Amino acid sequence: MTDRSQATTTRGELSLVHASDGTLVVRLAGPWLLSSSRPSPQQVEHELARGGVTRVAFDAHELERWDSGLLAFLTDVLGQCQERKLAADPAGLPTGVQRLLALAAAVPERAGARTSKVRPAWLVRVGAATLGLFEGADEWFRFIGELTLAFGRLARFRARFPSADFAVLVQQAGAEALGIVTLVSFLVGLILAFMGAVQLLRFGATIYVADLVGLGMAREMGAVMTAVVMAGRTGAAYAAQLGTMKVTQEIDALTTFGFRPIEYLVLPRMMALCLMMPLLCLYSDLMGLLGGVVVGTGMLDLSVTQYWHETVAAVHLTDFLLGIFKAGLFGVLIALAGCLRGMQSGSSASAVGDAATQAVVTSIVLIIVTDGSLAVICNVLGI
Amino acid sequence: MAVFAAPAPKREPHIVVRDLTMAFGDFIVMKDLSFTIGRGDVFIIMGGSGCGKSTLLRHLVGLTEPARGEIFYGKESFTKADEARRSELLRRIGVLFQSGALWSSMTLSENIAVPLEAYTDLSPAEIRDVACLKLALVGLKGFEDYYPNQISGGMQKRAALARAMALDPDVLLFDEPSAGLDPISSRLLDDLILELRESLGSTIAVVTHELASIFTIGDNSVFLDTETRTMIATGDPKELLAHCDVPSVHRFLTRGGNGRATERKP
Repeated sequence: MTDRSQATTTRGELSLVHASDGTLVVRLAGPWLLSSSRPSPQQVEHELARGGVTRVAFDAHELERWDSGLLAFLTDVLGQCQERKLAADPAGLPTGVQRLLALAAAVPERAGARTSKVRPAWLVRVGAATLGLFEGADEWFRFIGELTLAFGRLARFRARFPSADFAVLVQQAGAEALGIVTLVSFLVGLILAFMGAVQLLRFGATIYVADLVGLGMAREMGAVMTAVVMAGRTGAAYAAQLGTMKVTQEIDALTTFGFRPIEYLVLPRMMALCLMMPLLCLYSDLMGLLGGVVVGTGMLDLSVTQYWHETVAAVHLTDFLLGIFKAGLFGVLIALAGCLRGMQSGSSASAVGDAATQAVVTSIVLIIVTDGSLAVICNVLGI
Repeated sequence: MAVFAAPAPKREPHIVVRDLTMAFGDFIVMKDLSFTIGRGDVFIIMGGSGCGKSTLLRHLVGLTEPARGEIFYGKESFTKADEARRSELLRRIGVLFQSGALWSSMTLSENIAVPLEAYTDLSPAEIRDVACLKLALVGLKGFEDYYPNQISGGMQKRAALARAMALDPDVLLFDEPSAGLDPISSRLLDDLILELRESLGSTIAVVTHELASIFTIGDNSVFLDTETRTMIATGDPKELLAHCDVPSVHRFLTRGGNGRATERKP
């Protein structure tokens, strides 16, 4: 032992010495730093568990530098002494250590402050989750109700919201989205045509690529792809904007001026998205057709005229109108999910992030479920 | 629990809080609050951190609903008023939030213009003039077209005060006006508060725990106690300092008594 403690140590050293009067002397030597390796307090615990100790003292003559690494060790040891009702005498420790230990012990633990991390029984968890579901539904209904009232006031020209903001929102949800919608729709049209072409080539029925792309884009893909893009782009932005406004009390400030936040913030956003989504969808349809034309003429040796005539014969106005109607509906859902999640946001940076994530997830789920239901309904009605 | 009452100026009641209990679900923040804020008072709501001072302020403007009790403005119940009437009452109240809460997407003059556009028939040019005037009152002349994130925290608070005064309210509520400000800015804000009271005759309620502010501007107060979860003293802060024998109030007003605050509580 002596050999090692005399050598220049780079790690904390611990030795336990039993004095004759039942005192356990904890000898500390070398540097006790968070960055260097230190003995574990379990050594002391084992020694105490053996019994025969009535008192614990410390000897720090050979202790070099110390920091919180030593304090954590000592807190643990002192805690064990308290548990075993042993007297612990900190007199042998450096004054700084003694003062910090006294400071840490000065304020007793507040009763009930420590939260228990006990995992509740599964029945309890199922119950809590179910109740949470009802609460969530409650918030949805309340939100939709207030929004309906706001639209009612809008119809009577009584709604108060900033018209300048509305113009900016329309621009954000419309013109500024054209780039990404162009890219995605063109590629989706291209992919649809390509996948169709590979199959149809086998039957020499390549001309039907025009039907496939035309119907696919007009009825389904135009609206769905635009909606997914807008959910990620605009829905998330709405949630983040409203969430941040909640964190910075900007929404409270609106309320204290007698404005209704739903009318002032949510109504213009929903209107902007509802107005722009059908237009974007129509644009997306055309871009998708263009993608189809590129494959048709480039890969399948169809002429543009042939492709055009086949498309016109296959796709009816009803198909376009169905897509456009769906786009408007998806616009409502995206704005609803984005704004609701934003208004529900907690007040921290991560809560705003969660709100944006939730907004996108909720929107996409709503879009897909609604699209599926509409497909069934259209089939039944023969649209 | 008896409430220690120190003398305070007798003025016509403007805001009356009666038997108010504030709670979040089952958790009671404060109970049995009853006090009166006189017309033209600078009324201090004080107490330790996290005791519910700001929550009380939120109750005064209906951002949070009371679990029990009622709040009156003049003789009219704010708590029982319907939405339309509340909106009207709120127009007579200006609130300065702790963080300022300026609408960050608008310039300072646009921030002030929002309530003016909604509730007055002024022309855009007149609105701009009023906004400039309000900003000049708080010492921000020339900053009309700055966005909130382009100015310092102290300036944001003053701009928020200008916005709170947009509709010439009878009541101004301040949530920790000096939080995050240097001593000089915070003193300037105190002077501004007193100046507004003198010139406009507004009733002012201030949530704060800054002792310097409390004694400089307050002429009536209520002390909220974290331990007992209710109010334990009311009256002129200077009188409370001189006469109040409730230990926690005395400790608070003397920064833990003379010497070092040795007794620490979780």
